[in-house]
Amino acid sequence: MSTETAQSPGSAPRTSSSYLDVRDLQVHFSTDDGLVKSVDGLSFHLGRGQTLGIVGESGSGKSVSSMAVMGLHTASNAHISGSIMLDGQELVGADEEAVRRLRGKKMAMIFQDPLSAMHPFYTVGNQIIEAYRIHNHVSKKAARQHAIDMLERVGIPEPNQRVDAYPHQFSGGMRQRAMIAMSLSCDPDLLIADEPTTALDVTVQAQILDLIRDLQKEFNSAVMIITHDLGVVAELADDILVMYAGRAVEYGTAEQVFNNPEHPYTWGLLGSMPRFDKAPTDRLLPIKGTPPSLIRVPPGCPFNPRCDYQPRVGSACVTDRPALVDAGGEHGVACHIPSTERQEIWSQEISPRLA
Amino acid sequence: MVSYIIRRLLAAVGLVIVISMITFAIFYLIPRLAGATPESMAARYVGRSPNPGQLHAAAQSLGFYDPIHVQYWDWLKGVVAGKDVVTGTGTDHCPAPCLGYSFINSQPVLPEILKRFPVTMSLAVGAAVIWLVMGISIGVLSALRRGSVFDRAAMTVALAGVSLPVFWTGLVSLALFSYQLGWTPPGASYVSLTDNPLKWMHGLLLPWITLALLFSAQYARLTRAGMLETMGEDYIRTARAKGLPERRVVVKHGLRAALTPIVTIFGLDFGLLIGGAVLTETVFGLPGLGQLAIKSTLSDDLPPVLAVVLVTSIFVALCNLVVDLMYAVLDPRVRTR
Repeated sequence: MSTETAQSPGSAPRTSSSYLDVRDLQVHFSTDDGLVKSVDGLSFHLGRGQTLGIVGESGSGKSVSSMAVMGLHTASNAHISGSIMLDGQELVGADEEAVRRLRGKKMAMIFQDPLSAMHPFYTVGNQIIEAYRIHNHVSKKAARQHAIDMLERVGIPEPNQRVDAYPHQFSGGMRQRAMIAMSLSCDPDLLIADEPTTALDVTVQAQILDLIRDLQKEFNSAVMIITHDLGVVAELADDILVMYAGRAVEYGTAEQVFNNPEHPYTWGLLGSMPRFDKAPTDRLLPIKGTPPSLIRVPPGCPFNPRCDYQPRVGSACVTDRPALVDAGGEHGVACHIPSTERQEIWSQEISPRLA
Repeated sequence: MVSYIIRRLLAAVGLVIVISMITFAIFYLIPRLAGATPESMAARYVGRSPNPGQLHAAAQSLGFYDPIHVQYWDWLKGVVAGKDVVTGTGTDHCPAPCLGYSFINSQPVLPEILKRFPVTMSLAVGAAVIWLVMGISIGVLSALRRGSVFDRAAMTVALAGVSLPVFWTGLVSLALFSYQLGWTPPGASYVSLTDNPLKWMHGLLLPWITLALLFSAQYARLTRAGMLETMGEDYIRTARAKGLPERRVVVKHGLRAALTPIVTIFGLDFGLLIGGAVLTETVFGLPGLGQLAIKSTLSDDLPPVLAVVLVTSIFVALCNLVVDLMYAVLDPRVRTR
């Protein structure tokens, strides 16, 4: 149990048909204060038509992993190791120019705040046209028509006129739709959505999530949704990966993670989630403490200083780092508490409080 | 958009009028503060050893007894309609737009200004081209290679460039390139562009570089700071995520956004420079507006100084107007405001 490797749960089935297969990914940054281990041994895989939700607090390494997949870290300060296979092609250590050609075409990304993520000086149409023409040799006119079609596809009214509008002339939801239209303009097989609804009104969030789901069905793409909002992944994800301090602490199907979560951190996340079906007087159950420093990650289980159940297990938590182990049915959990005991704690103590 | 332009245009005209008032007031007040009387001021405009009666008559015809607003009005009327000027020997006509009449040279100021304007313009435009190209490219490279040897060297040189005064770099470069090496013609060798373009360029090369050195240092620092900021923006990450080549990300997305503040500063700098690069023109003996201002100040000939200040203010106002309009072109968010 003291190994440093985090294995993907279970054996082959989901792996074999994977469009994206990430194994033992490490992304470290050298800073003046020391080596920041933003992602430290992360493995997951994702097939076409599938949605993976990556959940975790700020600084848990969600965005850094997705940027690593996109090849957006600069080689000068990020040390990336492990393996990222996209459609059978290794991206780690690949030629930068080759990865650039894949960006936007095979894999595309939607960002958190569409106002700052779109260039304020260019029209929405121009930005979509640019994304399309960089990978497709078509005339400006054809590209413009494609941009209008894409805007219509993502539900922007009067796309013929709106194509010439600037981002600041759009509402937040419309901007995110335009951003999605831009990412999908080259029909990518992998779509990474980094907190796509965080900057939006609640009323718009659901529309955007619906849109992503509809488009995924239409394009049969693999979707990776990064969020700290469990409501978002509950809505969309087939599989859920819970990240803590740059590693996976729980990885399973949405059903497994929501109905039978086994990691104390996941319990904490579920307890921190505001819900409509509870009386407003009920207190949320926040996770105590703050996320650890990624320069000096606590020894043993990185979650141990914040874990309520650590005393029950004893010293293993502070000395040995738990590996992600299959708890049955390809449900990976990285915790020293025996699986049976975890299930008991969940059903006896946690679940009743959340119900 | 049209109303925006009209509003800016009116503001620019208002600005020029206010500046002319202030300048006029300064030239009206300063001699009096220094103890000058209308007669002693008139003494400069009449022949040698005049009698008090002549002085009084001259001061009266020059309007020196009138209150300041009347004098300003007369001057303004001259600008619009032209005026007759009584000199020591008779009357001379100063046709509209009469920016003043130099009594030292016994001629209207405007032709002199018009003659010198192309010199200053040649100097300003040439220097501006050099400093924009140099400043912006050095700034961009420095920002992209932040912390590298190139960056540190460039920023050190830039600091030196900002700190070194033109009269030093100008004189040293003249001594070295003109008198020692003989690569460039010596000072005071201006040839008009229409006479001989090659000689024009050859003669202005050193003044251009001297002036551009000062400005490009400043622009390199400005561009570097702007690029460092914009290259960290989210839309740069988006541009990369789209799969754009890095060169295009830098130029089309980064530099484009970093350019707006540079355009603002450039408008001001260029406007001021058209009013005469006093030091550069003096060092290199270029017969431009700056030289005229210096020469006239030294000989107590106030009308040409007033005219140069007015021309400068018009160009600063004009350049500011162009900058404002450029802003609307560069940044679409300004247009809808």
